[in-house]
Amino acid sequence: MTGPSTTASPQGPAGEVRRAEVCAVACAEAFRGDGEKLVSPFGTVPSLGARLARLTFEPDLVLTDGEAALMADTPPVSAAPGDVLREAPMPYRRVFDVVWSGRRHVMMMASQLDMYGNQNLSCIGDWARPAIQLIGVRGAPGNSVNHTTSYWVPAHSPRVFVEHVDMVSGVGYDRLAGAPAAARFHEVRVVVTNLAVLDFGGPDHRMRLRSVHPGVAVEEVEAATGFPLVVEGAVPTSRLPSAEELQLLREVLDPAGAAQKELPG
Amino acid sequence: MVDKRSTVEEMVGELRPGMTVGFGGWGSRRKPMAVVRAIVRAGIGDLTVVSYGGPDVGLLCAAGLVRKIVFGFVTLDSIALDPHFRAARQAGRLEAMEIDEGMLYLGLSAAGQRVPFLPTRAGLGSDVLRVNPGLRTVRSPYEDGEELVAMPALDLDVAFVHMNRADRHGNGQVLGPDPFFDDLYLGAARRRFVTAEKVVEPGRLTDEGPMQSIVVTRLLTDGVAEAPRGAHFTSCPPDYGRDEAFQSRYAKSAADKEAWTAFRHDFLDVDEEGYLAAVAAGAAGPAAGR
Repeated sequence: MTGPSTTASPQGPAGEVRRAEVCAVACAEAFRGDGEKLVSPFGTVPSLGARLARLTFEPDLVLTDGEAALMADTPPVSAAPGDVLREAPMPYRRVFDVVWSGRRHVMMMASQLDMYGNQNLSCIGDWARPAIQLIGVRGAPGNSVNHTTSYWVPAHSPRVFVEHVDMVSGVGYDRLAGAPAAARFHEVRVVVTNLAVLDFGGPDHRMRLRSVHPGVAVEEVEAATGFPLVVEGAVPTSRLPSAEELQLLREVLDPAGAAQKELPG
Repeated sequence: MVDKRSTVEEMVGELRPGMTVGFGGWGSRRKPMAVVRAIVRAGIGDLTVVSYGGPDVGLLCAAGLVRKIVFGFVTLDSIALDPHFRAARQAGRLEAMEIDEGMLYLGLSAAGQRVPFLPTRAGLGSDVLRVNPGLRTVRSPYEDGEELVAMPALDLDVAFVHMNRADRHGNGQVLGPDPFFDDLYLGAARRRFVTAEKVVEPGRLTDEGPMQSIVVTRLLTDGVAEAPRGAHFTSCPPDYGRDEAFQSRYAKSAADKEAWTAFRHDFLDVDEEGYLAAVAAGAAGPAAGR
């Protein structure tokens, strides 16, 4: 390879492609089929993935500038909210209208996540007097029962992937029993991590290993997960970026390498 | 027409210990900080605070004035977590009603509409229902029969919001990109106060922004006070951005008792003029920020 700006072969050795780029493509894939939906990615790699999807196979995705406007163009992830071409206003109050309408797919982060997709970003320990107070449940309870939810975990570890989360913020599949109003629009689609892509296609919607990133062993993912994962047969490898995708990622969407800061290696 | 001009001190003078107080803004954005500083100076405590939380919550927690917080999050935006709020929660000093952000929106709306609750899907299946045993569900009386959360009205004794511009009759204008939920806070409260960067002549608000940017009408306001830099150190675009250097200093004041005492001495045990002078003096020093 002569440098990141040359066209890499998608069939080339995995070493040519950075892990963050594989993750960005996995995030983009999470939004496949969403069409004209508001996609709300939290974190640099999911933001990169959403923009990549919009520039390739999901041109109708609706994206905000991270503040109060929708973006008419698809600028680099490092662009400041004031520097983008604005399509329409999207203040927080209108975001709730979209949440409740269901025309949204959020990719949140998670301090804890369990095998049924229950997520916690509120606190660690006893809620009444937390050992560690985090940001709060935010919009996770409403998001997860109103529209599609996915998660991004940049550091896959048993501290995040736990048997039981301390405060259910985003709702998982096992909490839907006997709560049809919660189940009606509930979908936890995928979890993208620095090691793998997971979904809830296991028995009783348990977390299943869908693919491992190039260079990652199944055992490595299992060891980094605090509960048994559903593993069905030979686990495929997460797909590599195409030459076009690599060029978009490196030259158009993240020339400053912001994703590398979130996910070195 | 009624001239509603007042001062921050007069507004805060209406607060009593034990009251429920709402603050407009969102995170570390356009928070009525001049009011928060005045509350700290006045030492009015035992408060229930309702907020899309930022340093308004943190400062009042650090000063020991909050009994209970009604919140979906507390953040400083560029600094993810407010250390003063964390310390208060981790010490078990703070009662909490932790709810989904959208539930907070509905609770304020219900109060403004004078209905006891508004139904929502948000909260179902989550531990929000576990940690708030007082929250009830309600079954739809229609054919669907769906069982939804009945988000109760969040009635406020007093609400404070900070706007870019206002007039003396109590119309308020947001020139930045997001009005947040400020009008709903005012609508949910018994006493409703607006501070503004600048109070302009009635009818002149449209000089600086379109009519739609006047998000608060005088129907929602009991008092107006001019408070230049009244949102500092949170952002108040287009008048000013967040003072990141000062926010960082605020966050570091949670390190230990000495740090907090020094911060309090320099920036809170002084009047608003003294505060702004101290901030300006700090900004001129080697730790200069924006």
